[in-house]
Amino acid sequence: MARITASVYTSHVPAIGAAMDLGKTQEDYWKPLFAGYDFSKQWMKDNKPDVIFLVYNDHATAFSLDLIPTFAIGTAAQYQPADEGWGPRPVPVVQGQPELASHIAQSVIQQDFDLTIVNKMDVDHGLTVPLSLMCGEQHPQTGAWPCPVIPFAVNVVQYPVPSGRRCFQLGQAIRRAVESFDEDLNVHIWGTGGMSHQLQGARAGLINREWDNAWLDQLINDPAGCADTPHIDYVREAGSEGIELVMWLIARGAMADVAGGPAPKVAHRFYHVPASNTAVGHLILEN
Amino acid sequence: MALDKPYQDVPGTIIFDAEQSRKGYWLNQFCMSLMKAENRERFKANERAYLDEWAMTEEQKQAVLARDLNWCMRTGGNIYFLAKIGATDGKSFQQMAGSMTGMTEEEYRAMMISGGRSAEGNRYIGEDGDAQAHRQPQGKAGQAKKD
Repeated sequence: MARITASVYTSHVPAIGAAMDLGKTQEDYWKPLFAGYDFSKQWMKDNKPDVIFLVYNDHATAFSLDLIPTFAIGTAAQYQPADEGWGPRPVPVVQGQPELASHIAQSVIQQDFDLTIVNKMDVDHGLTVPLSLMCGEQHPQTGAWPCPVIPFAVNVVQYPVPSGRRCFQLGQAIRRAVESFDEDLNVHIWGTGGMSHQLQGARAGLINREWDNAWLDQLINDPAGCADTPHIDYVREAGSEGIELVMWLIARGAMADVAGGPAPKVAHRFYHVPASNTAVGHLILEN
Repeated sequence: MALDKPYQDVPGTIIFDAEQSRKGYWLNQFCMSLMKAENRERFKANERAYLDEWAMTEEQKQAVLARDLNWCMRTGGNIYFLAKIGATDGKSFQQMAGSMTGMTEEEYRAMMISGGRSAEGNRYIGEDGDAQAHRQPQGKAGQAKKD
C-alpha cells in the first residue's frame, strides 16, 4: 500500500524563486536563507519520494474571482509553470500523478470533504518555489523534478479561509486515502506558505519571530492544540498574509502520530528573516 | 444577524472578505487581465482608455491611475490581484508593499533587514505602534510632516 513517510513545511516567497532563477543565491542578502536548505536538498536525495502531495495556495493565477474553490485537488497529467505577470519561471513542467490523485479525491470526498477537482491549471510560485528550494535549480527543458506531484490548492486569498481545525482534519482524511491505495508508493506531504508577513497597508512588513517560533513548537509537539489557533490570532500576530500557515496543518494532520502512531522525528528545522517581506520557516518531519 | 468581523480592529489592515470582494470585483478582474502580455501593452499605451473598458467605478480608476495601492484596497482591491499592475510597471512585491507605508524603498528594505515591523502596539486600533493611523505616513515622509 501507499504510505506517507514524511512531511515538509516551507515558505514559498516569490522573491526566493526569482533569486534562484537570476543566480543570486550566493549574494549576502540571500546566502543565509539558502544555507538553511542545504540539508534539505541532500535529504531529498537520500529520501526520494515516489510522489509529493503539495499543499499550496494559488495567488490570483489559476483562480481569479471567477471561481474560488476552498480546496482544489489537481488530477491532471501535467501542469505548466504560470506567467504571473513577470513571465513564467524557467523551471521544468510539473508532472502529475492522476491515478493516486483521483483515488485521493474520491476517498476524501467520501470522508465528507467537498473537494473541487481540477484537470487543467497552471501552477504559480506557491508550488514551484518549494520544489526549487527542496530540489535545487533545475533546467526548464533538460532538468526535471524528482517525482510526480499532486497539487492541492487552498483558498487563502478571499476571507474566510478554511479554519486550522478543518485543515488538520483534512490532513487526517488524506492520510487514510493514501493508505487505501494498493500500489506501494512512498508519499511526502508538503505544507507551504507563511510564516509571519503582511503585504498591505500601513502595517506592511510585520514580522513576529517569537510568535512564529512558538507556533512551530506547538505544530511539532501539540498539533491538535495548534490547529485550534483562531484566524484572528494569525492576522493580529503574524500579519494578514500569515494566515497561509493553516496550510501547514493539512500536512501535519497526515502524520502517523495524529492517528495514534509514534511522534515524528524532527529531521530539520530552520527560521530566517527576511526574504523580501516575509519570515521564512522550514521543517522536515519523518514518520 | 451581522457577521462577526473581529479583524476590523487591526490597524493598517483591510481583510479581503466577501464584502470587499464584491466591491472590488471589476477592479480585480481588470488586474487579472494584465496576466496577458497583449493586454499589458494595450494598458500601457493608453491607461485611461483601457480602464474605461471595465465596469469599474470612477474612484477605482483614479486609484489605479494614481498607483495608490492603499486607495485601491479601500475600493475592494486585493494585493495578489493588484500585484499584476506592479508587474506591468516592473515593480517587485517588496516595492509594492513598501509603497503602502509612506517609507522610501530604501527605508522599507532596511526595516525588513533589521527584522521587520514589530507587532508591539500594532495589534489593535488605538495602540501606539508605527502602523497606527495617527503615525502615518512613516519614514522620512512622516518626519517631514512633523517638521
